[in-house]
Amino acid sequence: MTATRVPERTGSHEPASTQHVTEKDRTGRAGRIVATAAKYATLVLACFASLLPIVVIVIAALKPAEEFRSSGVFELPSGVYLGNFVTAFTDGRMALGFVHTAIILTVSVGGAVVIGAMTAYAVDRFEFAAKRLVLVLFLIAVLVPGVTMQVATFQIVNGLGLYNTLLAPIVLFMGTDIVSIYIFLQFVRSVPRELDEAATLDGANHWTIFWQIIFPLLKPAVVTVVVIKGFAAYNEFYIPHLYMPSRELPVLSTSLFRFMGPYGSQWEIIAAGVLIVIIPTLVVFLMLQRYIYNGFTSGASK
Amino acid sequence: MSGVTTPTALPMKVSAGGKLGRRKDEAPQGRRRGSPTSRLTPYLFLLVPIALLVTFTYVPMMNMFQYSVTDWNGISKTRDSVGLDNYARIFTDPEYFRVFFVSLYYFAASFIQMALALYFATVLSFSTRFRNVFKGILFFPYLLNGVAIGLTFLYFFRPGGTLDASLAFVGLESLQQQWLGDRSLVNVSLAGTSVWRYMGLNFVLFLGAIQSINPSLYEAAELDGANRWHQFRWLILPSIKPIIGLSFILAISGSLSVFEIPFIMTGGANGSSTFVIQTMNTAFEFRRVGLASAMAVVLLLFVLLITWIQRRIVPDEKVDLT
Repeated sequence: MTATRVPERTGSHEPASTQHVTEKDRTGRAGRIVATAAKYATLVLACFASLLPIVVIVIAALKPAEEFRSSGVFELPSGVYLGNFVTAFTDGRMALGFVHTAIILTVSVGGAVVIGAMTAYAVDRFEFAAKRLVLVLFLIAVLVPGVTMQVATFQIVNGLGLYNTLLAPIVLFMGTDIVSIYIFLQFVRSVPRELDEAATLDGANHWTIFWQIIFPLLKPAVVTVVVIKGFAAYNEFYIPHLYMPSRELPVLSTSLFRFMGPYGSQWEIIAAGVLIVIIPTLVVFLMLQRYIYNGFTSGASK
Repeated sequence: MSGVTTPTALPMKVSAGGKLGRRKDEAPQGRRRGSPTSRLTPYLFLLVPIALLVTFTYVPMMNMFQYSVTDWNGISKTRDSVGLDNYARIFTDPEYFRVFFVSLYYFAASFIQMALALYFATVLSFSTRFRNVFKGILFFPYLLNGVAIGLTFLYFFRPGGTLDASLAFVGLESLQQQWLGDRSLVNVSLAGTSVWRYMGLNFVLFLGAIQSINPSLYEAAELDGANRWHQFRWLILPSIKPIIGLSFILAISGSLSVFEIPFIMTGGANGSSTFVIQTMNTAFEFRRVGLASAMAVVLLLFVLLITWIQRRIVPDEKVDLT
């Protein structure tokens, strides 16, 4: 696909300089048209590459087993058959996976928001000895490769008795990180200190100031952090895989992962399971597009 | 968490001369009242965040350094010191250092990923019909669950699957092969999957950077007779150099820590094991926590080294998309 970008470049900067002016204009215009055509062609091709793997999954998921086995990958299903979704949802225990994912996501993202906001408040509104140290600790923590750290974190989680409980992923996702702190910090800083001082004169303590004045003004930052952490929690696979191996404790990712054994070659059921996981992501993306782009660009560049 | 590019880029500004700290001219509230309780207040707010950070990051990190010089199996009460044997093993036993070469596939793929992202970001920064549709479709794969992606691409690469059928459709049956079964091809297929997954993030980051270029600069360039290629070469590229540099550095540490895609799709079989897969298997399959800790320490040191180099060569202030 890299090769297809060439026409666009050469197309728009080819006009032969020796030719007559009107002639040059004409070739210029022709070049423009070629460039535009090449541009849309590459875009359509890229979208095709982006969507094709998922579209064939949709086709597979809608076919009953016999039809799947006897028909080609691109052959459209003869009707709308939803039996695979039912099988995936019930036998694959995806319903339970949804419940567990929802619990982990809600509690850990809620916790991460409150904890991140409190950290930002403490760092911006107070002067204290260990401030730099605290920030450096959070800064270094973000560099630590998360997966390999589990070699040692496992012993701690196990020692705290959290192994095979929903609390293991919850506490691991709940902590804040320097990116969230930075996102909150920008907003905490924009809240005028006069508001804090006025509240102090009215007898409010810091706890009240934080909850009544600061936190309600952080909504845009909360949205950003919820987007970043929410997608991470929904998509996380290895933490639940490692800490909740019990068959009774699937999350969406691990219930889908377990399809690989028993459904080995029953691709129509696996495809249905894949779609059950993808559809909520698609719905959320279509509803919250603007926030999602903002969330990921500010999350990555800060 | 792992992959060619991780969403958590480095927080560039923290070290930039106390930007995070309060402005000097403002009187700190806590100190003004000066009572011991109010001096404790910030620590009360930080109690939970710091407790979580220390318990689940710093204590394990220190333990990891300790385990790494022992032969501990993760269960028994005793462990014996083996000095630096574990480290020596990682760098001398081919079984362990060979996996580093697998990273090169992902590193190479990240160049293709960035080139594609740059091309589409540039194209879509000019007026384009259905721009938001194109943008959404190109970005969407990045949001998807890793297991869903892994299974989708197992179906894609399996014999007679999406890829083989597509090749047959365009008359290229001769190219059909064992995409995941062939040792010389499996890492290319997996790295390709990784490009499909992560290109959208690079693309959206580049697009954001390009759109923050002052529009009047394009007008000025056009008046000077610059065509699109000139605009790209002399205006867009220099303006987004910092974010490209950052993406490049992240690609290095990203390709060292590739994990999810190969773990889900092949489990590391057939020569597709990466350093992280090897580490996790050493710890949790073969119960050699000592050796696995040493591997984790090596990876941590690599990543810290790369970050340190990045901070030397990429200027701090310039990466700002807002």
